[in-house]
Amino acid sequence: MLRDITIGQYFPGTSVVHRTDPRLKLVLVIAMIVTLFLASGPVSYALLALYILSVIKISGIQPKMVVRGLKPVVFIVAFTALLNLFYTPGTELWSFGILHITDQGIRVAILMVVRILLLIIGTSMLTYTTSPIELTDGLEMLLSPFKKVHLPVHELAMMMSIALRFIPTLIEETEKIIAAQKARGADFESGNLVQRARAMVPILVPLFISAFRRADELAIAMECRLYRGDVGRTRMKQMKFGAVDALTGTVSVIVFAAVIVLGRFGW
Amino acid sequence: MSEIIKTEALRYVYQTAEGGQKVALDGVDLSIARGEFVAVLGHNGSGKSTLASHFNGIRLPTGGAVYVDSMDTRDPNRLYDIRKTCAMVFQNPDNQIVATVVEEDVAFALENLGIPPDEIRRRVDDALKAVGMYEFRRHAPHKLSGGQKQRVAIAGVIAMMPRCVIFDEPTAMLDPSGRKEVMRVIRDLNSRLGITVVLITHHMDEAVQAGRVIVMHAGKVLMQGTPREIFTQVDALREASLTVPQTIEVLFDLNNQIGSDLPIDALTVDECADILEGYLRPTAAN
Amino acid sequence: MSYILETRDLTQVYGAGTPFERTALDHVNIQVEKGEILGVIGHTGSGKSTLIQHFNGLLKPTSGEVLLSGHSIWDAKGKCDRKTRFAVGLVFQYPEYQLFEETIAKDIAFGPQNMGLSATEVEKRVREAMDFVGLDPALANHSPFALSGGQKRRVAIAGVIAMRPQVLILDEPTAGLDPAGRDEILAQIQDYHARSGATILIVSHSMEDIARMADRLLVMNRAHVMLCGTPREVFAHADEIARAGLDIPEITKVIRELNRRGIELDPSIYTVEDAVRAIRAYKEGK
Repeated sequence: MLRDITIGQYFPGTSVVHRTDPRLKLVLVIAMIVTLFLASGPVSYALLALYILSVIKISGIQPKMVVRGLKPVVFIVAFTALLNLFYTPGTELWSFGILHITDQGIRVAILMVVRILLLIIGTSMLTYTTSPIELTDGLEMLLSPFKKVHLPVHELAMMMSIALRFIPTLIEETEKIIAAQKARGADFESGNLVQRARAMVPILVPLFISAFRRADELAIAMECRLYRGDVGRTRMKQMKFGAVDALTGTVSVIVFAAVIVLGRFGW
Repeated sequence: MSEIIKTEALRYVYQTAEGGQKVALDGVDLSIARGEFVAVLGHNGSGKSTLASHFNGIRLPTGGAVYVDSMDTRDPNRLYDIRKTCAMVFQNPDNQIVATVVEEDVAFALENLGIPPDEIRRRVDDALKAVGMYEFRRHAPHKLSGGQKQRVAIAGVIAMMPRCVIFDEPTAMLDPSGRKEVMRVIRDLNSRLGITVVLITHHMDEAVQAGRVIVMHAGKVLMQGTPREIFTQVDALREASLTVPQTIEVLFDLNNQIGSDLPIDALTVDECADILEGYLRPTAAN
Repeated sequence: MSYILETRDLTQVYGAGTPFERTALDHVNIQVEKGEILGVIGHTGSGKSTLIQHFNGLLKPTSGEVLLSGHSIWDAKGKCDRKTRFAVGLVFQYPEYQLFEETIAKDIAFGPQNMGLSATEVEKRVREAMDFVGLDPALANHSPFALSGGQKRRVAIAGVIAMRPQVLILDEPTAGLDPAGRDEILAQIQDYHARSGATILIVSHSMEDIARMADRLLVMNRAHVMLCGTPREVFAHADEIARAGLDIPEITKVIRELNRRGIELDPSIYTVEDAVRAIRAYKEGK
């Protein structure tokens, strides 16, 4: 049950999208988000949608998976669509009480839905095709200039990767504790909100104690393996910005530029 | 000098939660030579794990001294070198694996040491091959069995190329097949790679595999010697809440019950069968 | 005669329809007799942990039935009454990690309170359970977290005993304990069995531990029941057991080696006492 929760799901693969330098992917995703907000008409959105669809196609990830990833946001998308549909001023087409549908409303609602969907699909392509560790490393390297202003970039990246390492372990542990407390007759399914919240105590207390114990032991183990922060550290895996990356980058920049230009003209 | 670890009148006293004081180590004098395979045996609370944590400066003596390769563990400037010389593998494999990919974890210490990427790659591959986990190098640690996780943890420390590895009850949380896997790797480290091994354990069948056994009891060294010398002292071991191998126990009990005078130093099934065969069929000895 | 616990073609498939599909139990038929101590043995992944979670309805069978005193624990609507949990007490591996209350007494009271018992009855049960596991009554208002590992485990076991289950199931109750701690816990369980008359199931991968105290042994292998019978009957198949990746006691190995050398001793011997007796009888019979 808890195993179904997957944070930053990753589908391993060997496609060009998978092999692209994670730093470039990160930058491109940010650029894509900016572009998305500068697009304004059907043409510019269509171009960007075409770009994202090509990325999905090249990555070899099943479109079914991508659609499944949208499930949790269906409500937000629908809500945004309705809000825009009813509250955008313009030529009134239909009205009922305080609800008014305008021609502008329809246009804005559709574009808004497309915008949110593209945003979510685009960003999830990053996590679908990049392993968490590559992502953290990429982020650390991209942010490394900020070390000069004493931003603890390395520490943040380390925290992220340790969290990723321990999420499955703690999920497994939680399941064990839940089973153990159920065996003592604990009831997590009935009662009102307060009772249910109280029922969580026998799960949370052991889980916290265990997490702290693990943290303590891990810290000692890390020190024994000569960890002393960022001092004189090297990395086994070097990120290489290759020809494929250059090509991917160029194509993407051209597409984004085109979208922005089209957007300026309101297309 | 030939010893890699030396303790002099080592004493360790700590504050208990109730505000009292407890003596965990009470005057321990030991020396462990390069290339040795030493097992430290004792029941829970005998001080064996506290002793181990002094061997790479996790704990510092409250009295006496500990020297690792002639370096005093109390000298904070030498701590880094001490930990490079004397690495440590802990009981719970889950809590010493840092990375989400096996090979990344094995590389961790080398990255901390600032070793060039090509050499890290080579040493990581070598270390993984040494523990038989090379084909799992791209796996996620949490999907491995307990024995496999512990082998990854061992690869992670031997990649540092330490002279000595301390194992603090490395098999306590493993099933029998996991225990066998890990013990095979530990023996290999000592015999093939020449690494000094200190194994903290309460399993006597693991201590039997060492060259020397040190028995801890109530914060003191109760006795030390070869497994043969130690495990034949059945009464003393029972006194220290430890068991003896069944191969020895059966001969010891037989001698006690019928006043026979059989040798009892049978560390293996075959040795025990030899002695019993000689007893049951005296002519077969010729 | 009806059995206290029984499974009929119990089958459990994990991840059905996915590439990770795995059959943990495959048409398992087991009968547990009232009042017996049944040892459940199997290596990691043999299905033994899955099996015990079926006995109190924590898992729902993919197919097949689980019967408690002759009645299916799952009703026609596919629900399992919570009373099953109280009738079949399950102590998980490393149960000390489930403690959560401020005091030992409160923690032990968790189960009885969930049963809806009166305050005086709960208090009585707590006292009784502490006595069963040998905890000093003066500790009742102490925090369980200040105790040693072995004592924490006793608190956790008391927490299940306090529900006065008809069947007590313990998963690896000696995991991670030293020989003295192991013997104490096992003795306590035997004592509880003698005093309460409850049916007891002990899961282990150590034959030596439970062969001594179990009336019958159940050996699980690859989702099936491999062997089931008295320890003698089971150990007569020592070779099969070894092939299934389980350890057989060293003393059994010695006897088997002597058999190979043509000395006729009962090959199903599994304790040192029995071995000594058999050796003496053989010698005197000559």
